[in-house]
Amino acid sequence: MYVSGTDPRSDTFEELAMPLFDQLYNFAYWLTQNREETEDLVQETYAKALKGFSSFQPGTNFRAWMYRILRNTFLTSRTGLKATMTVSLDAEEGGPALASERETPETVLMERSDWQRVQTAIDDLPVAFREILLLCELEEMSYREIAETLSVPVGTVMSRLSRARRMLAERLRR
Amino acid sequence: MVCEAWKTQLDTYLDGELSSEQMHAFDAHMRSCASCATETLARLQMKRSIQAAGKRFVPSAEFRRRVRSCIEAKPRRGVAGLGWIIATATLILLAVGLAITSRGRQQVRQEQQLYSELADLHVATLASLSPVDVVSSDRHTVKPWFQGKIPFTFDLPELENSEFSLLGGRVTYLEQTPGAHLIYKLRKHEISVFIFPAGVSRSKKAEPSAVAKNLSFNLESWSQDGLWYCIIGDASRADVHELAGLLKRGAGLPAS
Repeated sequence: MYVSGTDPRSDTFEELAMPLFDQLYNFAYWLTQNREETEDLVQETYAKALKGFSSFQPGTNFRAWMYRILRNTFLTSRTGLKATMTVSLDAEEGGPALASERETPETVLMERSDWQRVQTAIDDLPVAFREILLLCELEEMSYREIAETLSVPVGTVMSRLSRARRMLAERLRR
Repeated sequence: MVCEAWKTQLDTYLDGELSSEQMHAFDAHMRSCASCATETLARLQMKRSIQAAGKRFVPSAEFRRRVRSCIEAKPRRGVAGLGWIIATATLILLAVGLAITSRGRQQVRQEQQLYSELADLHVATLASLSPVDVVSSDRHTVKPWFQGKIPFTFDLPELENSEFSLLGGRVTYLEQTPGAHLIYKLRKHEISVFIFPAGVSRSKKAEPSAVAKNLSFNLESWSQDGLWYCIIGDASRADVHELAGLLKRGAGLPAS
């Protein structure tokens, strides 16, 4: 006997979308860093998704679809436009990831167990790196799913993720 | 610097994005290289810190209600009438089924409690810094480790041709009964397999659907050779079912 799971053909939008509510809210807050804007962003995302639900293809990735709507909505908001204009992604196609240095911030982290420092360091990342790090580590999306959400090739996901990790490590080492 | 080639792929390895052959090669290298094993542990620790730090913002109940009220009761693609009829009929059938079943409400609660306890064990173990006491992907190491620690023995399947890998195991307790808790990995998912003597709970044959849905976990349980097995994890139901099939075949029962 196995249970749970959903068949998109027989589910309503509410049944599919509401289980994602908490995680979408958390992700939105990390993007906007402001409660009011987060609520506006989440509400607009749900409204847009409901409106466009008839175009959603059953059997494809509903989660990635919802995240893509949220992210696109954010990018066209005032905060989103401002955030993306300050980020340079020029170097992200610059070859394979480098191995981290011997002096790892992880060691420091393990000693201090200071997750608040991690939060501050993630907060401090430019939005393009913050979002990809959270999609991978927190939402545990596969590279393919992230690529679908961000509308970029898998190779870009790998290089940008690698850069995000290096930037986080640098901030934790400070 | 030693092992540079391995270390450039470490994150991809920990993200579960290497092919199964590369994963096996990496696993083998980890067992023989202290430097890479140490770095892996550090990066794993970092991943867990990001996960812990990332779960930070919770919506208010009022906001949730507001969004729900905007989207609820808007059925899809014009099949509302039929949908409601089916839903109503299903509810009636469920009610009748519940009424005629020999299990009372109290027993249903016991069943839910049983699966909730297993879900708690699963989550608490994965959150622990040392989730397993015997760390090995070799079933011939893991199984004998339980000798003398639990009052029964069991067989584990060969996983060579599957995507699953065994991470290790630990002794656990359910309703004061010792049992085996094994942890398997499938891509990024860690899945718990609990094995107890069949008499561990009077509600062992319960259908776990309600609990599983509430907890957002997929689970599957069955009795075999005097033992009761329960698999729980956040992998898809098809993956959980596949692992159940492997365990059933490993213990000599045809998979259903």
